[in-house]
Amino acid sequence: MKIAIRGGRVIDPSTGVDRISDVFIAAGKIAAIGAPPNDWHANKEVNAAGLVVAPGLVDLAVHVKRGTLATELAAAVAGGVTSIVCPPDTDPVLDEPGLVDMLRMRADAQHSAHVYPLGALTKALGGEQLAELSKLAQAGCIGFSQADAPMIDTQALWRAMQYAATFGYTLWLRAEDFHLAKDGSAHDGEVSSRLGLNGIPSFAETVAIARITELMQGVNVKCHISKISTARGVQMIRDAKARGLKLTSDVSIHQLHLTEVDIGHFNSNFRLSPPLRTGRDRDALIEGVRDGTINAVVSDHTPRPLEAKQAPFGEAAPGATAVELLLSLTLRLAESAKFSLPDALAMITSRAAAAAGIPGGGLAVGAVADVCVFDAGAYRHITAASLKSAGKNTPFIGYELPGVVRATIAAGHLAYEHVA
Amino acid sequence: MNSQTTLDSDAEQYFETLKMQMAASIAFDAKLVGVFSGGAWLADRLKQELDGEHEVGYIDVSFYRDDLSTAGLKPVVRSTQIPFSVDGAHVVIVDDVLFTGRSIRAAINTLFDYGRPASIQLAVLVDRGGRELPIAADYIGEALIVPADTMLALEKREDGKLTLISEPWPKR
Amino acid sequence: MLSKKNLQLNERGELHHLLAIEGLPRKILERILDTAESFVGVNEREVKVVPLLRGKSIFNVFFENSTRTRTTFEIAAKRLSADVVSLDVARSSTSKGESILDTIANLSAMHADMFVVRHAASGAPYLIAQNVAPHVHVINAGDGRHEHPTQGLLDVFTIRRYKKDFSNLTVAIVGDILHSRVARSQIHALTTLGVPELRVIGPQTLLPTEIERLGVRVFTSLEAGLKGVDVVTMLRLQNERMTGALLPSASEYFSRYGLTPQKLALAKPDAIVLHPGPMNRGVEIDSAVADGKQSVILPQVTYGIAVRMAVMAILAGATR
Repeated sequence: MKIAIRGGRVIDPSTGVDRISDVFIAAGKIAAIGAPPNDWHANKEVNAAGLVVAPGLVDLAVHVKRGTLATELAAAVAGGVTSIVCPPDTDPVLDEPGLVDMLRMRADAQHSAHVYPLGALTKALGGEQLAELSKLAQAGCIGFSQADAPMIDTQALWRAMQYAATFGYTLWLRAEDFHLAKDGSAHDGEVSSRLGLNGIPSFAETVAIARITELMQGVNVKCHISKISTARGVQMIRDAKARGLKLTSDVSIHQLHLTEVDIGHFNSNFRLSPPLRTGRDRDALIEGVRDGTINAVVSDHTPRPLEAKQAPFGEAAPGATAVELLLSLTLRLAESAKFSLPDALAMITSRAAAAAGIPGGGLAVGAVADVCVFDAGAYRHITAASLKSAGKNTPFIGYELPGVVRATIAAGHLAYEHVA
Repeated sequence: MNSQTTLDSDAEQYFETLKMQMAASIAFDAKLVGVFSGGAWLADRLKQELDGEHEVGYIDVSFYRDDLSTAGLKPVVRSTQIPFSVDGAHVVIVDDVLFTGRSIRAAINTLFDYGRPASIQLAVLVDRGGRELPIAADYIGEALIVPADTMLALEKREDGKLTLISEPWPKR
Repeated sequence: MLSKKNLQLNERGELHHLLAIEGLPRKILERILDTAESFVGVNEREVKVVPLLRGKSIFNVFFENSTRTRTTFEIAAKRLSADVVSLDVARSSTSKGESILDTIANLSAMHADMFVVRHAASGAPYLIAQNVAPHVHVINAGDGRHEHPTQGLLDVFTIRRYKKDFSNLTVAIVGDILHSRVARSQIHALTTLGVPELRVIGPQTLLPTEIERLGVRVFTSLEAGLKGVDVVTMLRLQNERMTGALLPSASEYFSRYGLTPQKLALAKPDAIVLHPGPMNRGVEIDSAVADGKQSVILPQVTYGIAVRMAVMAILAGATR
């Protein structure tokens, strides 16, 4: 399929390109930018006048459960996301190569966003017995993770690091001390004390970061810390990177907009993991993103059935549906925290792809054609009905958010087109 | 615009009429039970000015009303005080304005939760008609014709004199 | 964006649900206390029933067992002539996997006018209040460690009866503040009513993070905290607190935080002692204090009925 995207503002954060131009796509690749290739005949013309043409978004945390792959990929491309990293807490968990094969096969059949699975670090995410990392890597896993499951045994974590380092694999780890976070549902602070919710203290995160970075000190392993949430955590990661550790990190977009106060009257849509923290933490996280301490911003897309959220706050399942809000929430962050549009897009494209070591996130000629065309100036009203995801659980229901995706191209296919 | 009118000289005059009627026929030891607020002031005045040994009690009918769902609980509920035995007593319920009869029904019910009186009579300063229940007063200061959309209530001035106030019904 | 609307009040500012003391205006608290005063009189009569809620159906839905609290609500409802049904949901439907909202929907179909809800999870009554029909009222009878508003109200009612005025009181709440919904409700009630000095006393393990933000002074020494106080509220210490790392033992706790006559002597001579019950004698309170002349623990129980009657009567009179 040959697609021409005419007259848009082409922004490629990976190369610094930012100009009005035409983009030509053929054979799944970016064929040319500016002048058309020789003998050009398009099957499809996209009029992008007044719109932004950006790399397809790269979302490093999209949870996909059994049976929801089709809806969640549709949600992703509706949000301009063309690459997702999928944690291993699928059902069943990705601890066998055959399961990874099956996931990738099903994903390919959708001709939608690219799916990059993370393999289970331990069998059944039990935190004890290592999974077959090499076989899983051969099946296509780009790293290994416990998802949100704990790794209580520090020696097991150390051994896992050593084994992963042997083959150059990256560990994707949550930084949350199991016992300190156990039973908790909100940041341990004024709000949890008022509402009588079990708290998850900030040091549940910093103790865990210290554990990871101290182990890394002696093992030459690459680690990616997912979803950091505290000001002190940002500083510890900044310090660890300065010491030369091979460390990358990400933050959930929710943490950059919301704080513990937003929980209000026990609104379970605000039950997230890690929990929403203080305004001070939020500001430090934004600065961490700005200075590169935090490599990427992720949606931490976690769709939940209605009944999982219609429960008292502490009993509601944590997480929010978010993959199709990532672009809009990033644009809103650009407004409120004063990021340029290319800088804001970098967090969810080039910087994310680089952190994960996966293709995508750029618009170089010859690269796989993953493109997102959106109207940065248009606003959308977020309602449950407007969400493509099976999960309708988001704190942003009722919000007016900037950014309407007009077309998403994944590997040269028109995967999504907005119908007005 | 002040839609409130006072009829103060009249109230004292009605009281005199009421008192004279009662002096002629109530029992020497009749108990006077005033319905808050206007009836309570009247009961106090009557005890002072009537001969005989009249013990006084007060009733707040809020807990016996039948309009909770539509009118809500009154913002201020006073404590009912019946400091004597109701059993076998001759009781005169005293109220300022007799209108639908619902308050008096509630007051009678309240009294019966304190005991079984020998008799109950009713004394009111003003009977404005408009009854919704088969209730009639034994002693009446004055019968007045008042438009249905107007509320009539007794107030006590700083000098202790009684004043009748008429104004539109308060909205909920 | 978030709805900051106070879920408890209707558009006229009247109390529609009682979910928490926090956020309630002082006028509403005072109206409840004043109305309760009138119900004290009713409860002292030979006929302790008024017909105010005749025909109304009140459902006590206790997802967590508490015979004592449930009984006080039952008595209050019956003295208002309401039809009252008590369900021990803790033992029935939820164990069959039915969700809270399903349980409530089922009971709503039986034309309930008011739900009195006890639940082990903080915030559960909010979920229910957000999902019942507009005319239905919800009373929180204790949710997790969040609030127990009628207990907080009966505590301040008792304090007002003995001390008349809140504006010059020093009040201390002693013990397991962390797990106590009673403490939270009492703190909000007392600060709203203008108590100038409110203290919480306990070991650090039983004090919630940033509790001072609720407007209390924190003491870890019982002796220091009791000096000059007018009112002492002793909180119940659950046995399960002794199994983990919160406390070593009941006897060690008693040696540090148990209220004995000697320690009570540090408070003002006319100080009163409250306890929400049930008491653990010899753990948080010495029998000599519990049964002593400064104890108002039994009057608390008596006034609890009047306060709950007042809350039910006021709610039933509010419409949406």
